[in-house]
Amino acid sequence: MSSSAARPAAAPTVPVPAPRRPAGTLYRGREGMWSWVLHRITGTAIFFFLLVHILDTALIRIDPHAYDAVIGAYKTPIMGIGELGLVAAIGLHALNGLRIIAIDFFSWGTRHQRLMFWIVIVLWVLLLVGFAPRHLMHVFGGE
Amino acid sequence: MASATAEAPAPAPEAPIQSFTVTLIIRRFDPETMDEPIWQDFDVDMFPTDRVLDALHKIKWEQDGTLTFRRSCAHGICGSDAMRINGRNRLACKTLIKDLDISQPIYVEAIKGLPLEKDLIVDMEPFFESYRQIQPFLIADSKPKGGKERIQSVAQRERFDDTTKCILCAACTSSCPVFWTDGQYFGPAAIVNAHRFIFDSRDEGSQVRLDILNDKEGVWRCRTTFNCSEACPRGIEVTKAIAEVKQAVLRGKA
Repeated sequence: MSSSAARPAAAPTVPVPAPRRPAGTLYRGREGMWSWVLHRITGTAIFFFLLVHILDTALIRIDPHAYDAVIGAYKTPIMGIGELGLVAAIGLHALNGLRIIAIDFFSWGTRHQRLMFWIVIVLWVLLLVGFAPRHLMHVFGGE
Repeated sequence: MASATAEAPAPAPEAPIQSFTVTLIIRRFDPETMDEPIWQDFDVDMFPTDRVLDALHKIKWEQDGTLTFRRSCAHGICGSDAMRINGRNRLACKTLIKDLDISQPIYVEAIKGLPLEKDLIVDMEPFFESYRQIQPFLIADSKPKGGKERIQSVAQRERFDDTTKCILCAACTSSCPVFWTDGQYFGPAAIVNAHRFIFDSRDEGSQVRLDILNDKEGVWRCRTTFNCSEACPRGIEVTKAIAEVKQAVLRGKA
């Protein structure tokens, strides 16, 4: 086929311009896919937290003063907000993990996965509503 | 008898069905002239009852004959025209224009995860290769009990009824995030078709299939994102079938 160069112009022109990027669109999954994405992101974040956490805890065997210095650095507001993020990530990962166990091991699991996802979100929000104000009071209220 | 048409009062003229202009943005690729796919938009006049496939036909027949896509039966049976419509895998012949948001352009592109050949056509060979690997045929070496037939009860048939509906359109496999990044994964469609025989009471090759799927690239790759169940144009509960195969691997045949 050699005619590909002479493509007739597509009808009267359109106000909607085609996207510039040649890449495909983002796949628009539903609850199942997005819960998987969140599970991956929180899982990776928790992994890196644990990596750092094991290193800083191991420091106490090398030099207790250095350990105190590191732990002292954690008591800044930035780290306080980071801790809130950590609790949020672990909470979501844990609750959604229970959902995945139900999907894998119970015959009713796959049919109710969407409902279970929203239950997970509700429980997670409740968890954060309980935790966040108290925690932020500690971080910013100075006891 | 007087002709009924003459006597009957002329039926109130039906309101003519309104047609409207729909913008389709199609991701096009010509391997002979392009390095990268491009997006091209088309305006077509459509009725609400038309399908996306009709819009593609209209473009091909009236505006741009070089538009390339697969279709055969055009009625949701042959499974040729799976494509990504507004970011979700659908059969173009089963997606009505009125079910889409017309105020926005409709994005149409090839399914993901299989090599793009031209416009909306992908190379389906890797997909069929995994399908062949799970041995999608009845394996029964023993003599049928007392006669020529392998009798099956209604309940036994019901056990795998859902997975007999597959038309191998690849909408599920190409909606799977695991398959996008790991082309070695068998993919939902192959597992669905394995399920169809694993749970068939007449079949004697279940263990062979379970061994094939109990592989690094087998059922354990499934991350239960449910994209496959949502994409299936036949409404097969794909993730459920995969979960049942997982259980069969763990506990021996269910």
